[in-house]
Amino acid sequence: MAQLKGWREIPIGGVILEAGNAVEYKTGGWRAFRPVFGQAQCIHCFQCWLFCPDSSILVDAENEKMVGFDLDHCKGCGICASVCPVNAKVIRQAGEKVNRDDPRLCIRMVEEGKAP
Amino acid sequence: MSKYEALTGDQAVATAMRQINPDVVAAYPITPQTETVEFFAEYVANGEVTTDFICVESEHSAMSACVGASAAGARVMTATSANGLALMWEVVYIAASLRCPIVMSLVNRALSGPINIHCDHSDVMGMRDSGWIILFSENGQEAYDNIIQAVRIAEHPDVLLPVAVCQDGFITSHAMERVEVYDDADVKAFVGTYRPKWSILDVDNPKTYGPLDFYDYYYEHKRQQVEAMEHARRVILEVADEFNRKFRRNYGLFEAYRLDDADVAVVVTNSTAGTAKVVVDGLRAQGLKVGLLKPRVFRPFPAKELAQALRHLKAVAVMDRSIAFGSMNNAGPLFLELTAALAIHGVHIPVADYIFGLGGRDIKPSEVESVYRDMLRVAETGRVERLVTYLSVRE
Amino acid sequence: MATKLIPKELAKKPDRLSPGHRLCAGCAAPIIVRQILAAIDEPVVVANATGCLEVATTIYPYTAWRVPWIHNAFENVAATIAGVETAYRSLVRQGKIPERDIKFIAFGGDGGTYDIGLQALSGALERGHQFLYVCYNNEAYMNTGIQRSGATPLGAHTTTSPAGSVIPGKQQMRKDLTAIVAAHDIPYVAQAAPSQWKDLMEKTRKAVNCGGPAFLNVLSSCNRGWRHETYETLELTQLAVDTCYWPLYEVENGVWRLTYKPKEKLPVEEWLKRQGRFRHLFRPENRHLIDELQAEVDRRWERLLALCGEK
Ligand SMILES: Cc1ncc(C[n+]2csc(CCOP(=O)(O)OP(=O)(O)O)c2C)c(N)n1
Ligand code: SF4
Ligand code: SF4
Ligand code: SF4
Repeated sequence: MAQLKGWREIPIGGVILEAGNAVEYKTGGWRAFRPVFGQAQCIHCFQCWLFCPDSSILVDAENEKMVGFDLDHCKGCGICASVCPVNAKVIRQAGEKVNRDDPRLCIRMVEEGKAP
Repeated sequence: MSKYEALTGDQAVATAMRQINPDVVAAYPITPQTETVEFFAEYVANGEVTTDFICVESEHSAMSACVGASAAGARVMTATSANGLALMWEVVYIAASLRCPIVMSLVNRALSGPINIHCDHSDVMGMRDSGWIILFSENGQEAYDNIIQAVRIAEHPDVLLPVAVCQDGFITSHAMERVEVYDDADVKAFVGTYRPKWSILDVDNPKTYGPLDFYDYYYEHKRQQVEAMEHARRVILEVADEFNRKFRRNYGLFEAYRLDDADVAVVVTNSTAGTAKVVVDGLRAQGLKVGLLKPRVFRPFPAKELAQALRHLKAVAVMDRSIAFGSMNNAGPLFLELTAALAIHGVHIPVADYIFGLGGRDIKPSEVESVYRDMLRVAETGRVERLVTYLSVRE
Repeated sequence: MATKLIPKELAKKPDRLSPGHRLCAGCAAPIIVRQILAAIDEPVVVANATGCLEVATTIYPYTAWRVPWIHNAFENVAATIAGVETAYRSLVRQGKIPERDIKFIAFGGDGGTYDIGLQALSGALERGHQFLYVCYNNEAYMNTGIQRSGATPLGAHTTTSPAGSVIPGKQQMRKDLTAIVAAHDIPYVAQAAPSQWKDLMEKTRKAVNCGGPAFLNVLSSCNRGWRHETYETLELTQLAVDTCYWPLYEVENGVWRLTYKPKEKLPVEEWLKRQGRFRHLFRPENRHLIDELQAEVDRRWERLLALCGEK
């Protein structure tokens, strides 16, 4: 938490002048599960980017590549893994129950603190 | 060139609004303020103003839209009374805390219930701690003049607070009086162009208005509001000074009428001050040393100045047009504040409160005179026999 | 040229909602906001009713909004945006500010829309302000701890319609707000869901370009209130669509059109059984509520098909 400011130092009316400064607030600590990216399988469809509630899918927009996760903010909801079409294909083809941390998946959800 | 016109108080306010030509007006009809909205709607319909008039579906939405428009950097005005103000309540506070310089004509009417459309001050007294600057007006002229000044006060960069300009429902809002209407161009020049500090329409510099403000900063923002109120004390006088020079009318924090050499005085706001002046003249003709103090600025409350102005008196009566139920002796709000001001500033004179005129109950000159006569007795004995009197209520 | 509705293209534009907001993990509200704001290329100004979205995105001194944003109170977001939009039109008309083709958007929860804010919404629609009202509909008052609203479905457990031993959850059907809004005869009204992102984005574009007031009712799963896993958010949203509990349609200038028809209409039970808030309905004595809900879903679906000229 930044140093608390006095009333003379802050804009009047509670107006916040720094748009999007919530990035300074790290929500990564909320995570129970961590997404792990299987780069090799990725087809760079950006579905994960489209559905992440926390804007925590890092992409190289210009080269149209998914590159990983913003773990400072990712809350570990697992939505990216659930919408990933590669994951869906793996699960479909496996014909058995696939664990969320299965190495075949494109986005795996690994318990925080455990090695990927 | 200014000219004299026969106008009702509501019309006088509408005229000021026409001359100010705000960017946005959002309002809803309620007696006795309705005529202002009707007249203004006509100005809009006839192209006499360039204002966008939002004819909302409720007063809650009126004040909500005012806040939105003000945050967008528009000059914004509204008008209401009693129940309309009560319905706005939540947003009245928000307007002040978001530092929106909205100007509101408040035509005082008794709050329900039972429902009543006539004058008293229960509506404005409910908003007294909401963070708005509050001005009172004795007649249509003062309402007109106060509205014009209110724009400048509200928008002053050191203030940025909303202002409510009060006048008495029906008694002045519907009474035809001679009002000096200044030249349109002069009023326009006086109010000037509003240059908002920020605007939510500045899409290149996005700002967040009205965030969730917890215990770590809410208090600091309230402290800022206090500072703005303190600045308002100075700004109100500066604006009055400029106004007085330009339009040759004298406004300050209050009006003292034959007060300098008086022994006793009545303190009363709005139209009843006019009645009291007549009574003062009558009693003076009988050689009685009586005077009047008519507060104009109620928020910020000019405690020190009022105490100073009343210091030399032998007895003071406050006349309150509303009751602060359950307060000390069930007195009126003006009395409560004034007695505190006197005590704090070391003025120890007998003071009594007279509640009057609730729900539009007529106040006769003879009744005001009876208050003066009571006070003359108190001045002699030095003793207040009854702290709070409910004037002319039937037993 | 408007940005193509292709994720890779959309990702080239700056994200208008930053991370670091404090909505729960897996909450659908920020997904909806991101999709809607990504669909619009023009500058936007947002107003937000009190509720989860407002509270969790702007905890002073932080804001997740990279667009101008205002919160006024709970029930008045439509009136607030009406004020902003009117000020914009007024200032532009008077030549005081340049014209920028700003899109005005109000976000309100179902509480702020179906219930306490309905009057302000109706007034703003009737007056014809140019704005898009988005109800992110999580079917209860979530911010205050999951209380029932007019959008809560029959039988759902909430903290004010608890599944007790005598009364098994909410006793009333939800009101059909989308139809109520459509009855205002505004140019554009639609129902949408974030799982059908392209449909939602297309509707958003139509809405902000319709030349008048527009309304989107977007189903927004709340894993806390609905009681499901955080990663099931979109699956459950889609189940609501595929059971025809939450049909996707639009009403454009009075013409009703289905924008998505499930290949196979699933029983509503498929959606219910995945959520803790309906668990008690599966007890034998409460099964009749599932039947009642199914009958109501069918009735409304048939009515919709007729309105949309599908039968
Ligand atoms: C006038 C008023 N009444 C009650 C509240 C308390 N309150 C704040 S948010 C809220 C519920 C919000 O529910 P909804 O609109 O559905 O949004 P959600 O939190 O579910 O996103 C309530 C009851 C309030 N802020 N203002
Ligand atoms: S959804 Fe899966 S395949 Fe698509 S970009 Fe994300 S990780 Fe890659
Ligand atoms: S786990 Fe959730 S928050 Fe984290 S990147 Fe995936 S979708 Fe985003
Ligand atoms: S309580 Fe529900 S609606 Fe609110 S932030 Fe959490 S998931 Fe979202």
